Amino acid sequence: MSMSTVTEATGKMAVSAGVDPLVFGITVLVLACFVGYYVVWSVTSALHSPLMGVTNAISSVIIVGALIAAGPTESNFAQIMGFVAVVLASVNIFGGFIVTERMLAMFKGKGSKK
Amino acid sequence: MNPTITAFLYLASGVCFIMALRGLSSPDSARKGNRFGMIGMLIAVATTVALPQVQSYSMIIGGIVLGGAIGTVLALRIQMTALPQLVAAFHSLVGLAACFVAAAAYFNPEAYGIGQRGAIHAGSLIEMGLGLAIGAITFTGSIIAFGKLQGLISGKPVVFPGQHFVNLALGLGMVALIAAMVMTNSDNMFWGVFAIALILGILIIIPIGGADMPVVVSMLNSYSGWAACGIGFTLGNPLLIITGALVGASGAILSYIMCKGMNRSFFNVILGGFGGEDAASPVGGAGGDRSVKQGSAEDAAFIMENADSVVIVPGYGMAVAQAQHALREMGDILKARGVTVRYAIHPVAGRMPGHMNVLLAEANVPYEDVLELEEINRDFAQTDVAFVIGANDVTNPAAKTDPTSPIYGMPILDVELAKTVLFIKRSMASGYAGVDNEVFFRDNTMMLFGDAKKMCEEVVQSLD
Repeated sequence: MSMSTVTEATGKMAVSAGVDPLVFGITVLVLACFVGYYVVWSVTSALHSPLMGVTNAISSVIIVGALIAAGPTESNFAQIMGFVAVVLASVNIFGGFIVTERMLAMFKGKGSKK
Repeated sequence: MNPTITAFLYLASGVCFIMALRGLSSPDSARKGNRFGMIGMLIAVATTVALPQVQSYSMIIGGIVLGGAIGTVLALRIQMTALPQLVAAFHSLVGLAACFVAAAAYFNPEAYGIGQRGAIHAGSLIEMGLGLAIGAITFTGSIIAFGKLQGLISGKPVVFPGQHFVNLALGLGMVALIAAMVMTNSDNMFWGVFAIALILGILIIIPIGGADMPVVVSMLNSYSGWAACGIGFTLGNPLLIITGALVGASGAILSYIMCKGMNRSFFNVILGGFGGEDAASPVGGAGGDRSVKQGSAEDAAFIMENADSVVIVPGYGMAVAQAQHALREMGDILKARGVTVRYAIHPVAGRMPGHMNVLLAEANVPYEDVLELEEINRDFAQTDVAFVIGANDVTNPAAKTDPTSPIYGMPILDVELAKTVLFIKRSMASGYAGVDNEVFFRDNTMMLFGDAKKMCEEVVQSLD
């Protein structure tokens, strides 16, 4: 199962889509669900805890929305919301990746010694 | 920056996230995968900061430094046995962050190009409402899960009459409020949706018992993904949709695997009440008057020393007692004496998916020695000693023989087929499902009563 072909396909869709953004969004969603389905089933069950750690970190990509809210020069209510969201998402991004790294560093085979 | 370049950079970031998950297919490639995830996140953040809407950086830098410092300290300090709590806490933050982003978009829609304050496009409001609702449910649900895992609130299921009806009514009310919000674009409706979703999150998780937490943690993982997805639709950002779907799918699959490991349907777990007072009446009847064979650490050491093969079956009790290091030491000594030592992991052992694997890895057990249920189950018949430490229900043959048992049909580790079963337990109390374990009373079983860690240390001393 080649993942790159699927994502390339979604990329092309973005260029050619002159349709309703919602339709485009649903297209991306459905394809991403299929990619997610196959990729996650290929994860070895021994690494299910790191999987949760890393998905937790990447789900904080909503920081993208928070950054836009926190970005304007004039202060307003939305900017404060954005700032709080940036802080929360950052806790997750750093925490999630670091704790995953810690977990993965412990998985050693018989060959590797440290 | 050119919008086309921005779109491609977001795409690159999405591909990195897919590679991050893909890397976890084997422990050798996993760390590379995690790096991919970090690179993807870096691209996403850098691309966004370079957008023309983003002009002031003080709040952004301040927020990232503050949040990053908290996250780093938490992740470095946390003990591996407390991992499920940490993950639950992190999920709650994702949920809350999604709520704040939804609020920011609601109160400053111009920045996102989805309409004007008070006149947001209907489609965007629906998506925003969904993102807000799922985010809020994830937030409070994860806090309850955290409380149960940390022992701050009782792990016992909280059930009350009409519970499902209340949840259903709240759920429908929330949908109605979202509809009202879309039609009126009123701030009160926005906060109303938020409030109901917060309450719903609590009510959904409280009826679920402590040992069903692997399912809950996976499910909340999934929710946090769908919340990101909803926000992605609001902002028209494919990266958020892709990532949300990946995370959502991951959590859903993990929930499915955990449910299968208990032979229970997802709805059975979600509706809750399992392992409560009702189930606590022992099905087999008077277990108390039957006698068990009790042994000491010296006996256990003697038996294992003279065995050819030992299979260790760890469970949540090992995590509670922090016994993994002492256990590994015991395993190493036995190995040095020529005994084959392997570890058998049940899918639902512990409080989160893969919990036992991480703890054994922490104690430096090579991952080749750690086997899954399907890989090792048929070997028990040829095994001299099954060493059960802190596990109970997952070894109970009633799951196969007794159709009236609450755990009937659950796949179990066939420890009773081993020549000798050594069972470390603190007392004769039944496991989470409230069922007596037939294995305790078998002739080939020796019970080792005591703290798991202390017992392992004593076995090590006896072996020396």
